[in-house]
Amino acid sequence: MAVVPKFVGARIKRREDPRLISGTATYVDDVRLPGTLSAVVLRSPHPHARINSIDAAAARSAPGVVAVLTGEELKGKVGGIPCVAPAEHIPFHPLLAQGKVRFVGESVAVVVATDAYKAQDAADLIEVDYDPLNAVSDPEQALADDAPILHEEFGNNLVTRALIPNPAVDEAMAKADRVVKFRIKNQRLAPVPMEPRGVLAQWHQANGQLTVWTSTQIPHLLRSALAAVLSLPENRVRVIAPEVGGGFGAKLNFYREEALIAHLSRMLGQPVKWIERRRENLATTTHGRDQITYLEVPVKNDGTVLAIKAKFICDMGAYLQLLTPAIPGFSGLMMTGCYKIPAMSFEQVMVFTNKMATDAYRGAGRPEAAYIAERTMDMVAAELGLDPVAVRRRNFIPKEAFPYVTCAGLVYDSGDYDAALTKALEIVDYPKARAEQAEALKHGRYIGIGVASYVEICGIGPSVMLPPKVPGWESATVRMEPDSRVTVLTGISPHGQGQETTFAQMAADAFGVDIDDVTVVHGDTAIVQYGVGTFGSRGLSVGGTALMMSVGKLQDKLKKIASTMMEAPPDQLTFTNRTVALQSDTTKAIPLQAVVDAAYGWKMPIPGMEPGLDATSVFEPSGCTFPFGTHVAVVEVDPETGVVKFLRYVAVDDCGNIISPLLVAGQVHGGIAQGIAQALYEEVVYDENGQLVTATLMDYAAPRAQMLPHYELAHTVTPSPLNPMGVKGVGEAGTIGSTPCMVNAVMDALKPLGVRHIDMPLRPEKLWRAFKDAKKA
Amino acid sequence: MRVNLTINGHPRGDEIEPRLLLVHYLRDVAGLTGTHVGCETTLCGACTVLLDGKAVKSCTVLAAQADGASVTTVEGLAKDGGLHPIQEGFWEEHGLQCGYCTPGMMMAAVDLLSRTTNPSEDEIRHALEGNLCRCTGYQHIIKAVQYAAEKMRAAAGR
Ligand code: FES
Ligand code: FES
Repeated sequence: MAVVPKFVGARIKRREDPRLISGTATYVDDVRLPGTLSAVVLRSPHPHARINSIDAAAARSAPGVVAVLTGEELKGKVGGIPCVAPAEHIPFHPLLAQGKVRFVGESVAVVVATDAYKAQDAADLIEVDYDPLNAVSDPEQALADDAPILHEEFGNNLVTRALIPNPAVDEAMAKADRVVKFRIKNQRLAPVPMEPRGVLAQWHQANGQLTVWTSTQIPHLLRSALAAVLSLPENRVRVIAPEVGGGFGAKLNFYREEALIAHLSRMLGQPVKWIERRRENLATTTHGRDQITYLEVPVKNDGTVLAIKAKFICDMGAYLQLLTPAIPGFSGLMMTGCYKIPAMSFEQVMVFTNKMATDAYRGAGRPEAAYIAERTMDMVAAELGLDPVAVRRRNFIPKEAFPYVTCAGLVYDSGDYDAALTKALEIVDYPKARAEQAEALKHGRYIGIGVASYVEICGIGPSVMLPPKVPGWESATVRMEPDSRVTVLTGISPHGQGQETTFAQMAADAFGVDIDDVTVVHGDTAIVQYGVGTFGSRGLSVGGTALMMSVGKLQDKLKKIASTMMEAPPDQLTFTNRTVALQSDTTKAIPLQAVVDAAYGWKMPIPGMEPGLDATSVFEPSGCTFPFGTHVAVVEVDPETGVVKFLRYVAVDDCGNIISPLLVAGQVHGGIAQGIAQALYEEVVYDENGQLVTATLMDYAAPRAQMLPHYELAHTVTPSPLNPMGVKGVGEAGTIGSTPCMVNAVMDALKPLGVRHIDMPLRPEKLWRAFKDAKKA
Repeated sequence: MRVNLTINGHPRGDEIEPRLLLVHYLRDVAGLTGTHVGCETTLCGACTVLLDGKAVKSCTVLAAQADGASVTTVEGLAKDGGLHPIQEGFWEEHGLQCGYCTPGMMMAAVDLLSRTTNPSEDEIRHALEGNLCRCTGYQHIIKAVQYAAEKMRAAAGR
């Protein structure tokens, strides 16, 4: 008789929440150390300028000021910010500008004072003599011969060019009934975690040790990078990610301020704190997306897609952050989506512009890919006069074909794309919705139905698929303490995802103990074994597998010990109700505590066996998981105002088996919100001279409650064969499916006007204009 | 200058700089770090507290303006060791992920529930329009507020 899981799969309230709802959680800015100084960074108002001189004399003598530093003074003392992804041109990335500034907000000097108000007063006294230079903000213009050059040493603004050619694509073009061509843009977005970045550093002079509290998704990788930049031994650097108020990829990075504040603490021998303001966050925390794609899609008249050929222009910004040039690759590799498209080819041109660097933002390359694939399906349907659903079904990879090797060489682990589509269409009652749409149009009402079937890549591994120093494996230690309580140390670094709950569910069931008997620890490099971090929807599929490996090792040991006490072979034992019991009859059992006592006792029952109950494992994935699903939106666009009204939003997601249904719903909701925000509201805008227009939350339209629909969720379950839980990952799925779904819906509403495509964000003004232009025509 | 005020039922007085914002007073002088700063410009609501029972954004109120007033922060929600219904609601309905917006969100909701006992989904969405959440997509927050409303109605015997 198998033991039924008690916690896995159940609706469990989060174990993180008591500290968060009581206001007692500790984010970086809440950490209090005596004698802490405050730092304020002086930033460039210019997108591109030469720095002639910096006069900081008045600031240095201002009340409360302890130190002022400029880029010149840092030369030779600290290294630069690394980019670990390969690229042709990787510029030196200083902690404070040296000689030139290259984007609005670039750090120029830093003031340290006894409090932040005084530091700000002093920063206002610094006089920087700038020679403004011409700037370039349009990535397509950045490669023109007369474009201003950001990094003179390269002679142009090219970061790198990637070319994946394929002669089969040209053959497909020749065979096609027609070739659908269009240009689409994934606009630049700001991740906007509600907690901005923040750093607190404490140098311990006596033993040459550094402790850094920082709002990060990758404490261990950051420790390595910090040690290198500051020339410190890695075992003398401790990084703590305390409570982290959201990341969305923006905190999967290593920032100037993290090294700068650590350096200042070492220099001054006192703790130094810097807390990012929202204005700085919008200007100097990594942005996402910013890709222009030119597409050529050869098709048959029946809707069969024969190939996809793409040219990408990718805006990298002024410097390269940790993974900047690695992101677009995922857009190219994943752009054939859920479809059995036999051939693809692409060229990617990555360029420098006078803007903040782009890097990972929720989905990191895959939202762009899904947008390409799903806009392609709708464009093909429009061109051929077919139903978008029929075009998808014609091209879907059939469920019998898994594991499926795509034309880009990716191995899709498992899937049933038609099942998710069918379920979503049933929930909205697609034929009825189409009939209502037609009826409404007779009364001058513009209803649109949008469908998007997405597939994404998660839990990326093996490690060779990622840049060096950001590997794909993850670690976990599981310890059963002498009182039989369980401690889990995980290398991931959750910041809202809730693995203190999910991992406790898994460990509790595995050992037959209560969920309250499990404590999950993360985010402190002095406590947790080396790990990688939380990003790419990898927490459960990779980190959870490492956890289950360690759980398995302890289970084996406990069973071996118990078997000597129960006279039953180890493989016939199980864990339930805080006992070790016979699988065949769980009433034949001994208390778990008795077995634990033996393991920790003065005489191990099995000669030669190591005392204690502690196991560490590292899981290196053999392949990636590919979550998928179909989202359907029904909207109405008001021709008088251009406002989009939500009528239905249905999401059918397949993330494999579900450990924690409540948390999965939360992840999907939040993802959909960010994806719809890209479709309808958000855009980081720099004017043609490189000035940042969206510098506050007034101008950057992160959505509020009344700007989002009520979501209706459902699931299909197709387990992944790549991990013991059969999970795929769900952190980014919502973002990936919702953007094309919403754009397809709005474009469907505008179909009677003869409009095929408008670039995001689909703000009322653009849609209103479309109606106006159509009336004129 | 000097301010005298009551925070979560406890009177206190401090010597402060006139320019000190209420949110910094609460966090740095009174040591109550449950109230967060997300924008410093009235746009995110992370700093929402109750000032004489009404929700305000404490990043745009000077500490001096709170002189003589009564302030309630997230730390003052739980009473006699029991959670406030709004805290229960957020926990029960998974109304938070990273938790950064949560204190401000709960204070704004408490203000709403003091004005209306049975708000509709639409009313809740509108009442929370000054509070940004980047994690939840709001739906579970709305359920959390409805949960609290029901709990409070039941307690009041309505
Ligand atoms: S910090 Fe006060 S509204 Fe954002
Ligand atoms: S829970 Fe993270 S911002 Fe709301």
